[in-house]
Amino acid sequence: MSEFVFLYRGGESGRSPERAQQSMQKWMAWLKELGQNGHVKDQGQPLERTGKLVKGKQKTVTDGPFPETKDIVGGYTLIEARDLAQAVELSKGCPILDVDGVVEVRPVMKMNV
Amino acid sequence: MEPSDHLFRRESGRMVATLTRIFGVHNLAMAEDVVQDAFCRALEVWKFHGVPENPSAWLMATAKNRALDILRRERTARTFAPELGRMLDSEWTLAPTVEELFGEPAIHDGQLRMMFSCCHPRLPEEAQVALMLHILCGFSVDELAGAFVSSHAAIEKRISRAKKVLAGSKRLFDVSGQSGLSARLPAVQRALYLLFNEGYHGASAESAVRAELCREAMRLTALLLDHALAATPATRALSALMCFHAARLPARVDAAGDLRPLFEQDRSRWDVNLIAEGQTQLDLSATGPELTEYHAEAAIAWVHTTAHGFEDTDWRMIVSLYDQLMAIHPSPVVALNRAIAIAQREGPQRGLEEIRAIANSDRLAGYPFYHAALGEFEFRSGRHEVAREHFLNALAFVRNPMGRRFIEQRMGACKVGSPVG
Repeated sequence: MSEFVFLYRGGESGRSPERAQQSMQKWMAWLKELGQNGHVKDQGQPLERTGKLVKGKQKTVTDGPFPETKDIVGGYTLIEARDLAQAVELSKGCPILDVDGVVEVRPVMKMNV
Repeated sequence: MEPSDHLFRRESGRMVATLTRIFGVHNLAMAEDVVQDAFCRALEVWKFHGVPENPSAWLMATAKNRALDILRRERTARTFAPELGRMLDSEWTLAPTVEELFGEPAIHDGQLRMMFSCCHPRLPEEAQVALMLHILCGFSVDELAGAFVSSHAAIEKRISRAKKVLAGSKRLFDVSGQSGLSARLPAVQRALYLLFNEGYHGASAESAVRAELCREAMRLTALLLDHALAATPATRALSALMCFHAARLPARVDAAGDLRPLFEQDRSRWDVNLIAEGQTQLDLSATGPELTEYHAEAAIAWVHTTAHGFEDTDWRMIVSLYDQLMAIHPSPVVALNRAIAIAQREGPQRGLEEIRAIANSDRLAGYPFYHAALGEFEFRSGRHEVAREHFLNALAFVRNPMGRRFIEQRMGACKVGSPVG
């Protein structure tokens, strides 16, 4: 088994309360299923969409929000899968894809190359 | 843990009403943004950490904290609710004031204020109903368009106009004063009545959507019942009326999804708890001198619930209640229902005579039940060809697919059925 990080970017939750609730229920069902199939190493954490950017030797600190909403990472999950192909297959169930969001699937580098 | 059905939608109304009370009605959009923000946070946090023990309290606390941030940040640049005066200006009074307004009694009160505010006399009734559903019941423009079978653009326009009127009213309606409240209460009752009717007879294809409208109308009516000044005999009669009709909802549609008219319903499927609640409210409604159309309608619905079968129905009583209703609130629709009741007792021929005698019957031309009743009585009188014509007219105006199938079945009976007496 190898480890992968799913980074969730963008995704508009919709203005309607009913839609927001449906979206949340889809997420919970998806993460639950991944967990039941033994693919979740760490469910991860949601991230605030604001923060600070610290940059360069000058250590310049600037405020979020960051320029492009669709690029903001809203959270992550640590996944276990056989290989990249399987991890990608698992990511296809993510509800963020229904709302114009993106899942970035990144293999975690291994110690023993 | 799974959040309960429509939790967000229901909480939306409670939060918007409470926040608007703090921010002021001119800042309605700001209140809506805070609520939207609270849902986004819930979505982000709950999907990773699960639904909290008390999701409703979590959402309210999130909205409260966000409100406090905004009040602290913008109190010099903006004016908030004039009713709260200087309470928001100093840190000493800010937090306790907001805390109190987020307490359960104040949330309840806030929803009532919003309900009365939505029934602004400058708004047409349909706009009042749409606004209540949007603000207090959390229905989005798309969901409203679905429920009313209207376009997104048309509903959007109706809502934004209504919000402008609401935001221009300076402050939320004060529900603590007897005279102001009594003056606006009939409009609120009327809007709730229309909301319930939209659910009962509405155009939406999905009976689930329509049942939700009925439920929301009953939930909002319950808020009136909990308020000493708003729980008048007329409000109780309105509540009784809703209970009796809602009790019949489970039997109104059969297993195949077809509409079952009253005379074909399986009465064992009527909801006995709702009937009991309706009876309690009807008893309580009989305390004052006032006799409203809700009293008469509730009494009619009650008589139906007391009959074991359609044949046992006390039609004499029902006709006399329709006579009363005609005296209080005459309308061609009431006259039509009265004619139908007369036909049940005295035969289809009498029904036809009564329908022909209705004043302003041209106003019924677009009402499908008018044509359906004519069709039914002609059918029962053995004139199938004439009946078919009437059913065909009914079909042109019928508002949902279930009603359409029902009329089509009656037309089918015209072809194959043998003439009745």
